[in-house]
Amino acid sequence: MSDLTALTAVELQAALSAGETSAVEVTRAHLDRIAAEDGALGAYLFVDDDAALARAAEIDASGAAGTGLAGIPVALKDVFVTEGVPTTSGSRILEGWRPPYSATVATRLQEAGTVLLGKTNMDEFAMGSSTENSAYRPTRNPWDHDRIPGGSSGGSSAAVAGRLAPLALGTDTGGSIRQPAAVTGLVGHKPTYGSVSRYGLIAFSSSLDQAGPMARTVMDAALLHEAIGGHDPRDSTSIDAPVPTVVEAARRGATGDLAGLRVGVVRELGGEGAREGYEQGVLDRFAEAVALLEAAGAEVREVTCPSFGLALPAYYLIAPSEASSNLARFEGMRFGIRVGDDGSRDVDEVMALTREQGFGPEVKRRIILGTYALSAGYYDAYYGQAQKVRTLITRDFTAAFDGGVDVLVSPTSPTVAWSIGARVDDPLAMYAADLCTLPASLAGVPAISVPCGLSDGLPVGLQVMAPALADDRCYRVAAAVEAAQGAPLTDRLAERAA
Amino acid sequence: MSETRSETLVEFDDVLTRYEPVIGLETHVELGTESKMFCGCATTFGAEPNTQTCPVCLGLPGSLPVANAAAVESTIRIGLALGCRIASWSRFARKNYFYPDIPKGFQTSQYDEPLCTAGHLDVEVDGETYRVEIERVHLEEDTGKNLHVGGATGRIHGADHSLVDFNRAGIPLVEIVTRPVAGAGAKAPEVARAYVTELREIIQALGASDVRMEQGSLRCDVNTSLAPIGSLEWGTRTETKNVNSLRSVERSVRYEMRRQAAVLDAGGRVVQETRHFHEDTGSTSSGRSKEEATDYRYFPEPDLVPLAPDAEWIEKLAAGLPELPAARRRRLQEEWGLSATELTWLVNAGALGLVEQTVAAGATPADARKWWLGELARRANDAGVELADLAVTPAQVAELTALVAEGTINDKLARQALDGVLAGEGDPRAVVEARGLAVMGESDELVAAVEAAIAGAPDVVEKVRGGKVQALGALVGAVMKTTRGQADAATVRRMLEERVR
Repeated sequence: MSDLTALTAVELQAALSAGETSAVEVTRAHLDRIAAEDGALGAYLFVDDDAALARAAEIDASGAAGTGLAGIPVALKDVFVTEGVPTTSGSRILEGWRPPYSATVATRLQEAGTVLLGKTNMDEFAMGSSTENSAYRPTRNPWDHDRIPGGSSGGSSAAVAGRLAPLALGTDTGGSIRQPAAVTGLVGHKPTYGSVSRYGLIAFSSSLDQAGPMARTVMDAALLHEAIGGHDPRDSTSIDAPVPTVVEAARRGATGDLAGLRVGVVRELGGEGAREGYEQGVLDRFAEAVALLEAAGAEVREVTCPSFGLALPAYYLIAPSEASSNLARFEGMRFGIRVGDDGSRDVDEVMALTREQGFGPEVKRRIILGTYALSAGYYDAYYGQAQKVRTLITRDFTAAFDGGVDVLVSPTSPTVAWSIGARVDDPLAMYAADLCTLPASLAGVPAISVPCGLSDGLPVGLQVMAPALADDRCYRVAAAVEAAQGAPLTDRLAERAA
Repeated sequence: MSETRSETLVEFDDVLTRYEPVIGLETHVELGTESKMFCGCATTFGAEPNTQTCPVCLGLPGSLPVANAAAVESTIRIGLALGCRIASWSRFARKNYFYPDIPKGFQTSQYDEPLCTAGHLDVEVDGETYRVEIERVHLEEDTGKNLHVGGATGRIHGADHSLVDFNRAGIPLVEIVTRPVAGAGAKAPEVARAYVTELREIIQALGASDVRMEQGSLRCDVNTSLAPIGSLEWGTRTETKNVNSLRSVERSVRYEMRRQAAVLDAGGRVVQETRHFHEDTGSTSSGRSKEEATDYRYFPEPDLVPLAPDAEWIEKLAAGLPELPAARRRRLQEEWGLSATELTWLVNAGALGLVEQTVAAGATPADARKWWLGELARRANDAGVELADLAVTPAQVAELTALVAEGTINDKLARQALDGVLAGEGDPRAVVEARGLAVMGESDELVAAVEAAIAGAPDVVEKVRGGKVQALGALVGAVMKTTRGQADAATVRRMLEERVR
């Protein structure tokens, strides 16, 4: 085989089952590429070559390679707890921690026979949209090393776009799968809240966090989605329902036929009168994508969701509030680093010092924001009010879906990847990157980002949102968009490199 | 704001001439579920530190809670037994604060949406009934336990370092909160004690917990305040912790009333604070001040789904409640024909259940009561243990009464048989046999003893023959003495009469 890292998971599956290659070869090809490229890219925080190769050999020996995802390498965002494998959530405070257990999704991937390549970089505790908030190092966008790969799942997006892994898992709290997928030319899906287990996912905002797939094609994402989805009794918020048949939906969408599908274009997300902050190139690619949907037979209309404009302030109260509580357990007593325990300080001082030195500035900002929002006397005005807005946003979705559209579409991100450092001193500009992705997060509905072309040589994503548990619709539409474009967008990145 | 070591106290009776006490109780009960509140770990008391833990109860990153259905059921049953309204929709909430013994940096508890509200418990003190209103019954998780090593006292001050045992962390805990109880006057300390006693019995009857105060499976915080008589406003309360026995509940209220009265008499104000009860001296000392208390920043726990017990289930649980202690007492009083005072004695001695079981094993109520309140109470007292901790079962006590009733042994021999039972020699019948305690029949040995008595006291025999029948008693005594009490007195008397006449 020529270059195994150029193949999609579907292609690897075929090559493995035909006996044209082995899990060891596939794994070694990716490890070699990581060794060659990752010094510059910074996608991974941890790679264990020996463990990965041993695991691949085990899959080869079992004869399972090529069935399902067996023998196919994956990368996990470092937010997923992996037994015996360092897990940091991008934070100094967890440096050196090797968890005694694994996340349900990690276990499911293990059971599916995948080979874990390593743990990918991320904004600390998934707080950020550029991966610049990683306590360890920035990650670069494979399309342009001076630009951000999106965030918080920026290590995963860079790894898959840069062909340092065929598949990766990310997590999405306010857009952390979709936005990095959009700015690196990938397919990234945030499943319906509760449809993929959160057990072993280091919590940022419990009521919003969802794990999901990132891949170069819609079908690859669908395969990964089906491997991780489904009910988990260890997660109380897990929905006891069958996994949506997303592989079937991707296949159906790939025919390019969307006849009868009713698509709503959200006016509040880049439509008439709501274009401030949106780049023209993004709006152009979006308009072309909508035209594409119409050409495929979809019936397109504009839909108004008046409360979507309140998503940003509501999100930046709810997520930090929950985070302020979720991150309280990081106090240096049971795991991770402990600072200042020299016998001269009491436990409160040691906890404070550990947190002072263990957390980065963005994490501190959000803990303080959330602590304030939950304080006696402010709760109703902030957290309580934000929850009401959340209900209104959910009602907007319900009204749209009950009102005759099957899916809603918008740009995934108002802009293409920006330059590293451009927004680090301006949190509000950073937060604005999530404008389009926040409504689906707050409502818990599924949303996918699928590439829809380039603007100034940088990828643009189309977001497709569907009702809860109708993740299949996202995949169907995304596959049709992908089919209409002929080839995965990342192929152009490979051509450019060659 | 710590006070001097020797507090000024006002005489208790004196307190009541000027002040009206108001009490309130917060009781924590560790449920006796097999597993913890939010994970599958075991809950066995006294296990090696940190052997009953997992990622969930250690609060490891990424772990998530799953609510224990059995604990929810127990809480609802406790609520039903207290006449509470059971919420059709209830949520857990996070109570956020930092302490090494709470692994997540918050305690999963309930806040404004508890499972049970608005109940009551009637308690009786000296024949008077007091209604204690229950504000709420909610479900939460216990904390771990800090062990301070190296200090003289085992307390944090002076310790070299501290260790945390997380075995207890995550054990389901039910908190039962009363509304303020006013109007009990001089009886306030006893009402507090009677409330905890009754609550404990209810929970025991429900089988929801072993409610052992000394092991901490029932813990009580006692709030006390004083208001000048006739005042419309209540005074500032203190919250006394470390109240580890029923007796301490009463003593802590009594002490706080006397202490607070002294503060108020001197023109001072009572500080709203947590106070620590000292078992040895019966006094309280200042703990941390509530006025600088942390803001717990409660919010609904997003990792757990709301509890929505449906009406049908609640009805089923209500129908399945066992007979509650108050109803049981009324029934037994009637069945056994006791006066209210007699019943109170039984209850106060902790003998009600023992007597009931003894009766169930075949004894008459009168015999059972006589044994438990008499001989057995004496033995327990001598040994310094509770009645229930004596090494004799109600069935064995019933067997003793049966042996007496059938004439195999008399009361004196029965006490010797009890010695054997308590010494672990087996059941009463076996002890009687092994020790040869059975009452003598009209054997040659007894005939010989009777004749020897007659021969040995001709003057007494003369008196009897002369009509002084009561003089026969001396002869009976002599025979009993030679037979070491093993003869039946009535038989001996009959035999003597036959021979003397």
